[in-house]
Amino acid sequence: MEITLTHYLVLAGLVFITGMVGFVVRRNALVMMMCIELMLCATNIVFAAFARLHGDGGGHVFVLMNFAVAASEAAIGLAILVEIYRRRRTVNVDDLKTLME
Amino acid sequence: MSMITDHILTWVTFVPLLGALALWLVVRRDLHARILALVVSLVDFVLSLHLWFHFDAGRGDDQFVERVAWLWNGKVSYHLGSDGISLVLVMLTTFLGPLIILSTWRAITSRVREFLGFFLVLQTAMLGTFFARDMLLFYVFWEAMLIPMYFIIGIWGGQRRIYAAVKFFIFTMVGSVFMLVGILYLYFQAGSMELTSFLNLNLPHQTQLWLFAAFFLAFAIKVPVFPLHTWLPDAHVEAPTAGSVVLAGVLLKMGTYGMLRFAMPLFPDGVAYFAPAVSVLAVIGIIYGALVAMVQPDIKKLVAYSSVSHLGFVVLGLFSLTPLGVTGGVFQMLAHGLSTGALFLLVGVIYERRHTRLISDFGGLAHVMPLYATFFMIATLASIGLPGLAGFVGEFTILLGTFSSGFLPAAKVMAILAASGVVLGAFYMLWMLQRVFFGRLVHEANRGLPDLSLREVLVLVPLLIFMFVLGVHPGLVFDKVELSIEKVLGPLEEQVASGTVPAQVLLVAEDNQSGFKLLGATPEAEDLR
Amino acid sequence: MQSEILLRWIVLVPLLGAALNGLLNRRLSKQVAGLMACASVGVSFVLSVVVFLRLTGMEAENRLVQDTLGTWMQLGHFHVDLLFSMDQLGAVMALVVTGVGFLIHIYSLGYMAHDDGFQRYFAYLNLFIFAMMTLVLGGNLLMLFVGWEGVGLCSYLLIGFWFNEDANASAGKKAFIVNRIGDFGFLIGMFLIGTILLPHLNGDEGLFSFTVLREHAGLLAPSATAICLLLFVGATGKSAQIPLYIWLPDAMAGPTPVSALIHAATMVTAGVYMIARLNFLFVLSPTAMAVVAAVGGVTAIFAATIALAQNDIKKVLAYSTVSQLGYMMLACGVGAFSVGIFHVMTHAFFKALLFLGSGSVIHAMSNEQDMRVMGGLRSRLPVTYATFMAATLAIAGVFPFAGFFSKDEILWKAWSSGNTVLWAIGFLAAGLTAFYMMRLVVLTFFGENRASSEVRKHIHESPATMTIPLVVLAILSLVGGWIGWPHFMGGGGWFEQWLEPVFATGAQAGVHGAHTGAAALDVMVQNAQMNHAALETMHETGMEWTLAIISVLWAILGLVLGWFVYFKRAGIADAFKKAGGGFVYRLLLNKYYVDEAYDAAFIRPGYRLSRSVLWKGVDAGLIDGVLVNGSALVVYLLGSVLRLFQNGMIRFYAWTFTIGVAVFVLYLSFSS
Repeated sequence: MEITLTHYLVLAGLVFITGMVGFVVRRNALVMMMCIELMLCATNIVFAAFARLHGDGGGHVFVLMNFAVAASEAAIGLAILVEIYRRRRTVNVDDLKTLME
Repeated sequence: MSMITDHILTWVTFVPLLGALALWLVVRRDLHARILALVVSLVDFVLSLHLWFHFDAGRGDDQFVERVAWLWNGKVSYHLGSDGISLVLVMLTTFLGPLIILSTWRAITSRVREFLGFFLVLQTAMLGTFFARDMLLFYVFWEAMLIPMYFIIGIWGGQRRIYAAVKFFIFTMVGSVFMLVGILYLYFQAGSMELTSFLNLNLPHQTQLWLFAAFFLAFAIKVPVFPLHTWLPDAHVEAPTAGSVVLAGVLLKMGTYGMLRFAMPLFPDGVAYFAPAVSVLAVIGIIYGALVAMVQPDIKKLVAYSSVSHLGFVVLGLFSLTPLGVTGGVFQMLAHGLSTGALFLLVGVIYERRHTRLISDFGGLAHVMPLYATFFMIATLASIGLPGLAGFVGEFTILLGTFSSGFLPAAKVMAILAASGVVLGAFYMLWMLQRVFFGRLVHEANRGLPDLSLREVLVLVPLLIFMFVLGVHPGLVFDKVELSIEKVLGPLEEQVASGTVPAQVLLVAEDNQSGFKLLGATPEAEDLR
Repeated sequence: MQSEILLRWIVLVPLLGAALNGLLNRRLSKQVAGLMACASVGVSFVLSVVVFLRLTGMEAENRLVQDTLGTWMQLGHFHVDLLFSMDQLGAVMALVVTGVGFLIHIYSLGYMAHDDGFQRYFAYLNLFIFAMMTLVLGGNLLMLFVGWEGVGLCSYLLIGFWFNEDANASAGKKAFIVNRIGDFGFLIGMFLIGTILLPHLNGDEGLFSFTVLREHAGLLAPSATAICLLLFVGATGKSAQIPLYIWLPDAMAGPTPVSALIHAATMVTAGVYMIARLNFLFVLSPTAMAVVAAVGGVTAIFAATIALAQNDIKKVLAYSTVSQLGYMMLACGVGAFSVGIFHVMTHAFFKALLFLGSGSVIHAMSNEQDMRVMGGLRSRLPVTYATFMAATLAIAGVFPFAGFFSKDEILWKAWSSGNTVLWAIGFLAAGLTAFYMMRLVVLTFFGENRASSEVRKHIHESPATMTIPLVVLAILSLVGGWIGWPHFMGGGGWFEQWLEPVFATGAQAGVHGAHTGAAALDVMVQNAQMNHAALETMHETGMEWTLAIISVLWAILGLVLGWFVYFKRAGIADAFKKAGGGFVYRLLLNKYYVDEAYDAAFIRPGYRLSRSVLWKGVDAGLIDGVLVNGSALVVYLLGSVLRLFQNGMIRFYAWTFTIGVAVFVLYLSFSS
């Protein structure tokens, strides 16, 4: 069987949906962060696939940028999470509603 | 010296602001704050006297003009000018300033320098509004008036001050926003923010109607015109005395000034189209204001509603488009500023002593405070238009102008209905006087009240003097504004001209034996519809 | 000194007096204050006499002195000056006002001697003279109006002088407001005049100046009816005619000299004066004239009937004044302006005397005003009684007292101008006048004194300051009418002759009305000539004698009847009441319940309407509640709905993102 672009996109889509659904459904903040990573991963797959398709190096560059962004955002997010845990003793997102109106 | 006189308008406008800054940044003690504020306002008054004495009444255009290009490559400029109309209103403002500050000596006891600072900023904003000839500049000053007033009411006011302050602010703002849209539209049409460039535009009929409505709304809320008036009683009652005086004395005139300077000359078609509706609203305001004033238990609210009634006269006069009516309207702005300002100061006197404004808490005051009673009566008489005092001249010329207006449809009916305001005014004011001052001294609490102090007399006497002076020699004002009004009404020539055949109107009595028909509109006026 | 300059001083000296007394108040001793006040009126009187004498020295056609203080208002064509002028009519009024005013000031020195507000009183009284002189010597309609409102103000201040009593303050307020209702009509009339004349003036001529109005009467002719009726509304207010007379009886709450001066001799005649002054306008409208005469006549008899039943001595006199003013209006209405003014003058004498006399009685009776507890004062107050009797004879119209000449003239003019009905009404009212006046005299001065012994002990004749003016006025009540000694009785009719140039209408008025159409001009000239003819005393001497004699006999009958019913057979009145006349009696005593009717029809509903409907309903409820606070509520509700989206739940936010993105993607994929 030939592995075409479609396969990659479908894979990326599945990963993305897994991440998205996971983000919406799960209550643990850490798990939600992991889901974010999944979504980012999915976009990476798409970038790489198209880069290979068009023979354009720009897509690979974007993947690398994505790593950097994901890493920094994960770092900050986890730092905030740790601080929240220290104060509130919970990482259950449903309990962190103080920004409500 | 010439540095001042060459830029006299800027000085007059911004001296109070400088005073406010000095108050907030430098001064520490209350007494110093009061003295500084008083001195600054007196200096401002003296500066404005220079305007008065150097004004050339033989010209109708702007004098003392200052113009400096400001934003966007000159499209917006810092443009100040003063014609007769602006001049007399500015004189009213600078004249009232020191008097108001003097009146707060014992009334405002906490955060004195903040209050006086706000008041001085308000002065600047008001003066700037009168002088501005660039629309953006005008709008900036116009909005700038709201902020200090909001604080004055909201911090130093009565029990429901927050409600009143917010209501005042938002109500006025809503109107102003529509005006802003109008200004922007005109800017894009004219290419600059200059008033003269706006005046030179030839706008299509429909556009004029919309723009007139937008501008008129903003000014109508300020005046206030019925039914947009309900912010006024609350604002007046909750504001401290000084706030009420400046509100009634000057701020309300902003609305009528705006109508005369902007709404009317810029959109003649709008004037023609809306004049009947406006005059009806004005007359309703006169009568309604008087009737509602009659049943108020709170003296201040009574005077507030009487303002609605009096300014109805002004609006009616303006929209009669006759020289008599419009000049009378401008004159009445001054007369009302004096008499209603005096009335609010007088109410403040009794409030300071008894901390109540309810008529039922008084009675027989003339026994203990005869001087106060006398002053109050004089101010009342000026307010109801006794000949010899300023109010009569304004009312008479407005009504005569309205009656003889060939422009306004059903002008005679409007004038007759408006004239009934004269009777109603006497009714509610004299009834209030009687319940407060005459009869027996009912409440023991009123027995030991001291009569007017020297300071209070000093505050009131200038106002009373001018009520008499203007009543007998209105030429002081008429001479200065006559040509300016002519110039301002220039764009409305067509509408005014349609009304210069009023005389033969009138009565259709074939022979004097038969009855009479009082109303006959000129054919021209009817064609206008 | 030039006559012109004197005019302004006639008006301004009393103002000066008022200012000094007003500002210095208690710092002046009563003697000084009183002296100053009397002196200022005295000066006015003397100056009036001087100018009057100078007028006599001029030719009859040009008797006019004018004094312009300056321009009052000037705006384009609209020009009004601070103008004073005295012509023959002005001279008469000035002399009466300052003369009688001076006497009343003297009287007040005695009457108010023990009052705390002495200085304030004289300040107000001087202020009144100032305002009245402005009215009478005003050279244009607007100056007249200034004086008109000014006297209204002084009336307000003086009626409510003893403001400790709420009733007094209310009476003052009522006077001012009812007057203002009249002024409303006056103003509209002025606006009508102004509207017509403004385009024709060039800004130099004073609009409303009497000479200008006279010149342009032709222009005003088509609208004369409306103008005159509106101005007449003002006159009904000031001169207490139906329907605006209701303030005058209440005005009796003020000090009695005030009632004498303001509400008898001077202020209330302002309406008559105004009509006389504008005679050239009124004659252009037979309708208006008819209305004036009719209202005057009806008022005369209406008020006379009420006077029959009143128990307060001042109320009787008040209604009597209303009635007599009716006579004056009647005179003007039938075109006999000079006779109306004649009656103004004679009425000033005897009515002021009556009031001052009653003041003397009240003073003697320790401030009692109810006639039912008076009586027998004839012997205790001889001067008061004698002068009072003189005035009564005068008002009844008994020859040769002053009232006879003026009243008889009025009735004659009514008859001879063809208004027989009006004559009959006037005649009837004259009888009633004699009757109720005699009733008053009998109840007050005759019989046994019915007061308590406390009061009786203090009954004493008034001091000289009070009795001397009484005597002077009594003499005037006797001889004052003689300058109007009519032709048919051998006299020269000098009074009417003196005033003739003022009231000569006719073609003069129309000549300058060049702008009117020819038709209007013709009509106007026709009307004017018709009225002029009516004015010409048709000297059918025989008829005049007959009517004069009948009037006198009728008056004497009235007096005798009054004496009879209330003195000789004192039980008749009570018997009348018991025999079913009680209803009539109550009706008259309660003045036909007119005040109550006004209250129920206008005041109360007006107040209720304003309070419940306008204030609570419309203002607070509708505008403020629904529109203003309502729109704020709408914004708040909108906000509270939107707020539900901000619940702080991150997962909810994420879910919203997802849906949004999905929708967007779907849209994009299906839109191409």
